[in-house]
Amino acid sequence: MRAKVIPITAAVTLIFAVGLLHARAGGGTVSGKVTYEGTPAKPKPIDMSKEPSCAKQHATPITTETVVTGPNNSLENVVVYISAGAPDDSAPSQPAKFEQKGCQYLPHVLAFQVNQPLEVVNDDQTSHNIHPLPKVNREWNKSQPSGSPAIVDKYDKPEFIPVKCNVHPWMHGNFAVLKNSHYAVSGEDGGFKLPNLPPGKYTVTAWHESYGEQSQEVTIAGSEAKTVNFLFKAKPY
Amino acid sequence: MGKLFGVVLAVIALVSAYPIVMHHYVQPVDISTHGHAIDEQLSDTMAEAGLSFLGAQLLLAFFVFKFSNRKPGAKISQLPGGAKLVVAAAFILVGTEILALGVLGQKAWAEVYFTSPKPDAVQVQAQAGQFAFYFRYPGIDGKFGPLHPDKIDEGNANYFGLDPANDVESRDDVVTGEMAIPVNREVQLLMHAKDVSHSFYVRELRIQQDFVPGLDLSLHFTATKVGKYEIVCTQLCGLGHYNMKAYLNVLSQDDFDKWMKEKASQQ
Repeated sequence: MRAKVIPITAAVTLIFAVGLLHARAGGGTVSGKVTYEGTPAKPKPIDMSKEPSCAKQHATPITTETVVTGPNNSLENVVVYISAGAPDDSAPSQPAKFEQKGCQYLPHVLAFQVNQPLEVVNDDQTSHNIHPLPKVNREWNKSQPSGSPAIVDKYDKPEFIPVKCNVHPWMHGNFAVLKNSHYAVSGEDGGFKLPNLPPGKYTVTAWHESYGEQSQEVTIAGSEAKTVNFLFKAKPY
Repeated sequence: MGKLFGVVLAVIALVSAYPIVMHHYVQPVDISTHGHAIDEQLSDTMAEAGLSFLGAQLLLAFFVFKFSNRKPGAKISQLPGGAKLVVAAAFILVGTEILALGVLGQKAWAEVYFTSPKPDAVQVQAQAGQFAFYFRYPGIDGKFGPLHPDKIDEGNANYFGLDPANDVESRDDVVTGEMAIPVNREVQLLMHAKDVSHSFYVRELRIQQDFVPGLDLSLHFTATKVGKYEIVCTQLCGLGHYNMKAYLNVLSQDDFDKWMKEKASQQ
């Protein structure tokens, strides 16, 4: 009797899973562009002369990344995500990789899910000390000399977390820890795309480290594609 | 045997005191107007320390030589006045030595710290924080904007905590990671610690001064040779102390003006 139950359960689960995947793959899409108006702060060059192994990796000095803009007033590094309307997703096992390369955090804004493994790698010939500064999650800071294995950790609550290096004051990045898998970080053209959204009513939120957050409501029916654009007010200081 | 030991002691004293008294060591190049006074002071201190050491050791050797083979039944004689007098003599001797060094050294010290800088001195504020130095120039208005520690935003290169949106004086302040100064012009260095104690040490300038949290110190100097020198932290300040350094760029007045213009355009 038991021998029969297992294959049947497995088959039902498989059919259900395939069905679910299919439904999600065929869902609606929210896409759009993030732009700014006004005068943003000028990016400032970073002096790395005290760390020659990093300085030589940059032909021209890198600049501050708190506000990165592109052509046609596009705004980069904006996290666009579904803040309400979508169920919480279980974390993927694929780690989110945060690199320290040339005394710079790559990517500048790393978005990943609650309980998803976070992997911090040091590619430099110098020591780093990564120090994320959460307010609701557990805080830690870890030293990572050159050649050390990756630091693996995770966060169990959703939060936007600034990240700094305790050795190199200019190093600065952000973690966006999110509840579900519907998120994107705007690229050079300010564009983003949230695919595979099942029909429903959603709150789409855009977060920028300097300019804050703004939200819009959107309703998806069937597999339609909706456009949502965000406009942030830039400040010169 | 005792007499031989006395002679050996005297020889060891002479051989070890020679390099201290003569101090033949290679000095790093001196690029400041006050450096020679510091070097002379160091030289005087070495000679004085070497001679004191030699005197004490020779005295010891003499006593070992003279009193080593005590005859049976000979009495131990004591200095008149006993231990009290010896202790008092030691205090006076060492006190005089330290006082003399202080009196001789105060001129070199005062030249850097206790006199006021010339009115046309270039003002530079140095801020030490874990684990980098940053420098600030007052800009065209000649005034430093006020510091707001809560506004410090290192990811945005606001290392000092300036608030240009509200403070007019801060808008033209020039913040840099290297320190450039014009040659043969007096520089007033204002020292500010962001977190813990650090130190500003440029051996070619003959300047080594601690940054003290909560206490802004001022000193002044004139550099006399164009070149690039290293500024290092010489006060153990934490994990990255070994790596805490910056560069001092002594430039001709023309090059300095060009450098300042370039840095100002990047603010």
